[in-house]
Amino acid sequence: MSNQLDQYRGVWTLAEVRQGKIHPVSFELLAWGQSLAQKLGVELASVVLGSGVGDQVDQLIAHGADKVYLADDPALLDFGVEPQAGILTDLIKQHKPEVLLGSATTTGRTLLPVLAITLTTGLTADCTGLDIDLTERLLIQTRPAIGGNVMATIKTPTGRPQMATVRPKSKRPLAADPARSGEVIKVELGPEQLASRVKRLEFTPEETVGAPLQDAEVIVACGKGLKDVKNLKLVTELTEILGGSLGATRKAIDLGWLSYSHQIGLSGKTVSPKLYLGCGVSGAVQHLAGITSAEKIAAINSDPEAAIFQVADLGVVGDLFQALPLLVERLKQNTEGSAS
Amino acid sequence: MEIVVLVKQVPATDQVKIDPERGTMIRENIESELNPLDLFAVEEAVRLKERLDGEANINVLSMGPAKAVKTVRDALARGCDQGWLLSDRKFAGADTWSTSFTLASAIEKLVPGCDLILCGERATDGDTGQVGPMVATFLGLPVLSFVSAVERLDQGALAARREVEGGSELVQCPLPALLSVVKAINHPRLPNLAGKRRAKAAEVPVVTAEQLELPVEKLGLKGSPTRVVKVSKSQLSRQGRILNLEDDPTAAVEALVAFFTSPPSAPEA
Ligand SMILES: Cc1cc2nc3c(=O)[nH]c(=O)nc-3n(C[C@H](O)[C@H](O)[C@H](O)COP(=O)(O)OP(=O)(O)OC[C@H]3O[C@@H](n4cnc5c(N)ncnc54)[C@H](O)[C@@H]3O)c2cc1C
Repeated sequence: MSNQLDQYRGVWTLAEVRQGKIHPVSFELLAWGQSLAQKLGVELASVVLGSGVGDQVDQLIAHGADKVYLADDPALLDFGVEPQAGILTDLIKQHKPEVLLGSATTTGRTLLPVLAITLTTGLTADCTGLDIDLTERLLIQTRPAIGGNVMATIKTPTGRPQMATVRPKSKRPLAADPARSGEVIKVELGPEQLASRVKRLEFTPEETVGAPLQDAEVIVACGKGLKDVKNLKLVTELTEILGGSLGATRKAIDLGWLSYSHQIGLSGKTVSPKLYLGCGVSGAVQHLAGITSAEKIAAINSDPEAAIFQVADLGVVGDLFQALPLLVERLKQNTEGSAS
Repeated sequence: MEIVVLVKQVPATDQVKIDPERGTMIRENIESELNPLDLFAVEEAVRLKERLDGEANINVLSMGPAKAVKTVRDALARGCDQGWLLSDRKFAGADTWSTSFTLASAIEKLVPGCDLILCGERATDGDTGQVGPMVATFLGLPVLSFVSAVERLDQGALAARREVEGGSELVQCPLPALLSVVKAINHPRLPNLAGKRRAKAAEVPVVTAEQLELPVEKLGLKGSPTRVVKVSKSQLSRQGRILNLEDDPTAAVEALVAFFTSPPSAPEA
């Protein structure tokens, strides 16, 4: 390995701030980062850019960061790719980490590609596995490709830092340890670093059942088998009882039953819940592409040949209009306490 | 207004077959198509041109093997005015970095003074979504990703809606700019007969590295900072338990209840 690459040391993660709060996906990255930093025998640092987030940096330290770089300014209140990319480019050129991880969220998937160009290095998208090859001191990045049909292993032999976006929920955060100590470094910002050609005019929150799909632990997805928008309440009620989020197939979206933000799959969202239940979902490859990293999959479908049964841990062959009310009744008994 | 649309040829999504031994894609007898997510970019370009009363010129660019000319023609049939195919052995094996370098350099050469670049959110084969923001950065342009609506387009600026976690944001930026768009932005129309005829007759120049005067060390596999070192088939299928509701409704419902109430533990990844 050349001397130039040897100058790069340390693992960095990018904390993600949404609506003024450090999002838990940042702690997942720290869990990945810590396992890599330990193998490499280096420090783990996290960078947070935002406005008024200074009192939250303790959380990053508690979740594994040895060092936190804090860029705090009112101009950084909302995510803006230009100031963030500019500040990060300067910081990375100065401190030279060998690995940089971001989340495969809309933020990370916009910001890191920009950094790959400003820093002239490689970037691997949407990784679900990360490890270190100690013989070459290289990051081993694993990601699903071609609609989740294959797993590809990717290295960045010569570019530094080695950069990856990491699929949310691909690792559990470490338990917070409030006793951990770490160093907080305030990043000095000049006005030219805060300039942005892109201006946010407004934010419109989306009304969905439950958390945004990418954050959901439990997802109930409905497909065309639901037959009519009137029947949506069947799945909505189940979703609410489970404290989950509602998703849908492209057909259900195209029929106008739900807004696009509910769509799961190749032309929608990739999700990683612990539990996924498909109701009247056939299991087309384009839909399955979005749920390959779900931990457990269940399905209710009247067609015993439906493709979704081939990927399901639990399949119920039958009429969803019969199954769902029974399931909802039974779960209500559960929550009412005394039963079971 | 000069508009550029970037499109990619990909294997048809319902035809992907994987060699179970080697984990590589079986490419023989596989139909290719215009990346379905790029269709939304093509359609949006055509709609913006309509909004501008036809005062726009839509340039479509693709990088790929010689047969990808079909993809460029498909975009022409759908309403693009002019097409180029960037094709050269030297481009082969490119990752997102060197693909973006090549596309950005080609835009500079072939469509100088371009006002707006549109591309799909990601390609269905590589599935990275990185090329849009990377092209914008090479060209020094603002990038708006995950765009679901172009709400305003004037000579010098635009306002667009981005789909992000938990909602959408309306942002504005000056032109030139690059937008990567999602499915919610429109419903692509099918090409009509006149469009197909025009596309068939159109000349689609094949552009090489030499014509673009590009440094070979930044092209193809050689210019790619990342290396795919292994590909393996993923375990998508699971040996699940299948129950029949009619045979025993109670057993089926109890199994579902157990599914939700005794959740599996997270993998120790
Ligand atoms: C380029 C491309 C991108 C795509 N992207 C996506 C994507 O992102 N997401 C996506 O979901 N799809 C996507 N699709 C579409 C995909 O191919 C399928 O058409 C779609 O997923 C099917 O949706 P569905 O399961 O709701 O409907 P169907 O395939 O029509 O299935 C309905 C199912 O409901 C069952 N059913 C009917 N009645 C009942 C009942 N009473 N009780 C129980 N079950 C019942 C049926 O047996 C059937 O299996 C894409 C397609 C293409 C070509």
